[in-house]
Amino acid sequence: MEGELAHIGAGLAAIGSGAAAIGVGHVAGNFLAGALRNPSAAAGQTATLFIGIAFAEALGIFSFLVALLLMFAV
Amino acid sequence: MADPVDGGGLSFKPLDQFEVKRLFGEGPIEWYTITNVTMWMAIAVACIVLLLVIGTSKRAVVPNRTQSVAETLYGFVYTMVEDVTGKDGIKYFPYIFTLFIFILFSNFLGLLPMSFTTTSHIAVTAILAFAVFFTVTIIGFVKNGAAFLGLFWVSSAPLALRPILAVIEVISYFVRPVSHSIRLAGNLMAGHAVLKVFAGFAQVGLIIAPVAILGVVAIYALEVLVSAIQAYVFTILTCVYLKDALHPSH
Repeated sequence: MEGELAHIGAGLAAIGSGAAAIGVGHVAGNFLAGALRNPSAAAGQTATLFIGIAFAEALGIFSFLVALLLMFAV
Repeated sequence: MADPVDGGGLSFKPLDQFEVKRLFGEGPIEWYTITNVTMWMAIAVACIVLLLVIGTSKRAVVPNRTQSVAETLYGFVYTMVEDVTGKDGIKYFPYIFTLFIFILFSNFLGLLPMSFTTTSHIAVTAILAFAVFFTVTIIGFVKNGAAFLGLFWVSSAPLALRPILAVIEVISYFVRPVSHSIRLAGNLMAGHAVLKVFAGFAQVGLIIAPVAILGVVAIYALEVLVSAIQAYVFTILTCVYLKDALHPSH
């Protein structure tokens, strides 16, 4: 029974990956919206774009890690 | 490790590829044991030496292919350090370039079939991230003295908010090495596990197998991109942390 609950928990933790996807899409979409208004300023902001994506993605990776721990370590 | 799924002979073991094994003989793994991790790190270092030392040994004015790859990588990281940290960060360029090229080569070598991805282990990336964390903290205190603590005191915020912000800033400062290392290891581990799961779908049957193999190809292409981007992200975050240490005022 406990193992089954762990599998349900792993599935719930996978929701976090979807949430991170929303975050990454938000960052990239807003960057594109800004870049199309002022393309000449876009090239200088790619580093900021990647930093933003990295921060948004890290939390999704945390939830993936929780899912893995529930699947294989608990 | 969970048991493989016994549904019509279908077996998923996506995490077996990350197992650390002894290369020679039997017995427990000590810190000095030569394992497959040691071997693939050594291969990464050998490839870097081949590219950078042999590639630039002629120092031709018109570079050949190897030399221009080496020069492009060097120039790419040099511009990045200069853009993010400014002129006074340039003297830490060798360290940042070493980090970048080691992670890049480990990621790419891990993509070869039957190879081992050293950067998918948190033990490896945590050492890299904590090295960055301690280096940056020591540089911050040596360069600025007690003024480095100004990093936690947000002087642009209203006075009443500053203690609360200071607590948040301190927590986020100490979480940095954790997220720095887990981001790299997690991305690589997730990607390689997904590759293995798709490869497992190829066992299902003649109709599913071609789709699964196409999926493996597509995800492999994505993984090539992720490998390069994660090396870039690790390096640029190092630059950002270094900039915070050199100029701690908000």
